[in-house]
Amino acid sequence: MRPGPESDLIDHLPRLRRYARALTGDAARADDLVQDTVERALVKRALWRPGSDLRAWLFTVMHNLFVNQMRASRPPDTPLDEAPDMPVSGGQMDALATRDVHAALMRLPETQREVMLLVGLEQFGYAEAAHVLGVPVGTVMSRLARAREQLRRDLAGEPAVPLKVVK
Amino acid sequence: MTERVHEDELHAYADGQLDETRRLAVEAWLAANPADAVCVRDWVQQNRILHAAFDPVLNEPLPVALARLAQREPSRTSWRVGLAAAFAIVASGLLGYAAGLRSEGETVPVRFVQDAAIAHAVFSPEIRHPVEVDASQSAHLVGWLSKRLGAPLHAPDFGMLGFELLGGRLLPGETGPVALFMYQDAAQQRVTLYVRRDAPGSRETAFRHIHENGLEVFYWIDQGFGYALSGAVEPARMRALADAAYGQLVRGGAG
Repeated sequence: MRPGPESDLIDHLPRLRRYARALTGDAARADDLVQDTVERALVKRALWRPGSDLRAWLFTVMHNLFVNQMRASRPPDTPLDEAPDMPVSGGQMDALATRDVHAALMRLPETQREVMLLVGLEQFGYAEAAHVLGVPVGTVMSRLARAREQLRRDLAGEPAVPLKVVK
Repeated sequence: MTERVHEDELHAYADGQLDETRRLAVEAWLAANPADAVCVRDWVQQNRILHAAFDPVLNEPLPVALARLAQREPSRTSWRVGLAAAFAIVASGLLGYAAGLRSEGETVPVRFVQDAAIAHAVFSPEIRHPVEVDASQSAHLVGWLSKRLGAPLHAPDFGMLGFELLGGRLLPGETGPVALFMYQDAAQQRVTLYVRRDAPGSRETAFRHIHENGLEVFYWIDQGFGYALSGAVEPARMRALADAAYGQLVRGGAG
């Protein structure tokens, strides 16, 4: 009687939906992403090892789907990691004054947004987040530092400038 | 002089990921380095803003298509197998009991009682998300579930019997949407009330009771609704709760 991941799948749906909502910035797109994640998880459930962390596995499945969607929707020669930060215009500054965290998140490059949300919202450990994203822990830490600096500037209404390393 | 702290540890401090020793070391550093303390304060604040912005999603009702998908038919067998062994015995016992009743010529809603017992077994042990909408928003909860079931419901009040409403959730059921209300007492024992629409004209039943391996289920059909109250609490208390629910719901009309 080996329990499959589906035994607890439904328990993880609220958190997957929260993450997807913050990641995509759009309720309908977020639920499509959760739906795709669940479908993929059910298809691939033989690959899940009982006893391993189901939540981390589901977030990994979602991450992979999200990355594929992003790749499909951007010019092929723009690598994800070097997606340019969007310049902040005067009009956007007004929106920032309302401390719109939704908009501020959307201005983060996807790679930084993922780390920021996995750590700050979903409370994954750094090593867990690295595992979910398939990158070294050092990469998680540098993305986190950059995301936090840009969020800080955004929420404080400061223009985005090249990152200063916090000593 | 304080020990030098690496930036990664400042993040780990903000995220609550340090052990006690390092946490104290970082606190000493921050006390001596106000600029870093301002950074860390901002980061903690960012996490709080994220939670404030997105935690409400946790309490939204799950889209029915999504909930169905997560429990879809092809995986249903293994999903059930995955439940605790004790519960499997309860379910098969209920099925056997119900089949026995049926052979005596009674109309017993086998799936209904079984589904109620499954819902109880799945959701009542949940620590963090036992309900989709909690009792602090009880008006919203009852309004939402009433809308989804297409008839006015209300959640019985078990306060006099020591059980308070925790909240509720919407579930897919054999005949359409199902409302599940959950209650908890001071000893954290939980009972659930499963409410579904029944086919118009379905025969009303008196109060019935099934007991199997510590799980008590009281169920009845009244004014187009099927109700099942499930809980692993002492039979006398369950009986009192069931009486209260029955009295309040029958008196209150359609739930």
